[in-house]
Amino acid sequence: MKVKYFAWVRERIGKAEEKIEPPDSVRTVGELIAWLAGRGEGYAYAFEKPKVIRAAIDQTHVQPDAAISGAREIAFFPPMTGG
Amino acid sequence: MTAIVTVRVQQEDFDTAGEIAALTRGRIDIGAVVSFSGLCRGNDHDRPITALTLEHYPGMADAEIMRHAEEAMARWPLQGLTVIHRFGRITPGENIVLVVTASSHRQAAFEAAEFLMDYLKTNAPFWKREETEDGGSWVEAKGHDDAAAARWTS
Repeated sequence: MKVKYFAWVRERIGKAEEKIEPPDSVRTVGELIAWLAGRGEGYAYAFEKPKVIRAAIDQTHVQPDAAISGAREIAFFPPMTGG
Repeated sequence: MTAIVTVRVQQEDFDTAGEIAALTRGRIDIGAVVSFSGLCRGNDHDRPITALTLEHYPGMADAEIMRHAEEAMARWPLQGLTVIHRFGRITPGENIVLVVTASSHRQAAFEAAEFLMDYLKTNAPFWKREETEDGGSWVEAKGHDDAAAARWTS
């Protein structure tokens, strides 16, 4: 699946998007955050406060317990500050 | 007459007066137009700001604004509305966002404009980075914005 990162999540990880293949044991958005956080220093820094991170599956906001099965694009970002 | 809903996410500036004129042109059923313009300030708590850079999630930003525009159309008797949100680097004094709502009477137009702005600040996927003389920093989300958005669901 494709993952996208925005704002300071993108800056801390050092890339805007990538293709990932998490193991089958990673079933929810929250579990995916924990798995990503273990991929290296930048990821650990980006996801150090998982409660702050917002997520969208296929461009729709979701909660951490949302299932990732079938998702084409998952995005992670800080709370929005538009307007 | 059919209600006109316009949503645009764009890098270039917009013309507020022109957008209001486009929404009301040829209509005799509109009695109230409310417009809100959000502009880039040159300071934040007395700290000078040289520019703001707005990052957005292409595709989702348009869809999220359209979803809220449709909710506004369902909640209030509106003759039309326009929402424009810019992205990219914006300097002090420049436009960031525009909401225009048109209705037969003022209350619906005022309320729908406020509803749309409250939701844009908390749900539309945009992030602001401030440039200052010391460098730059991401603007943090504010609790009072969440509270403002929450009052529409209570």
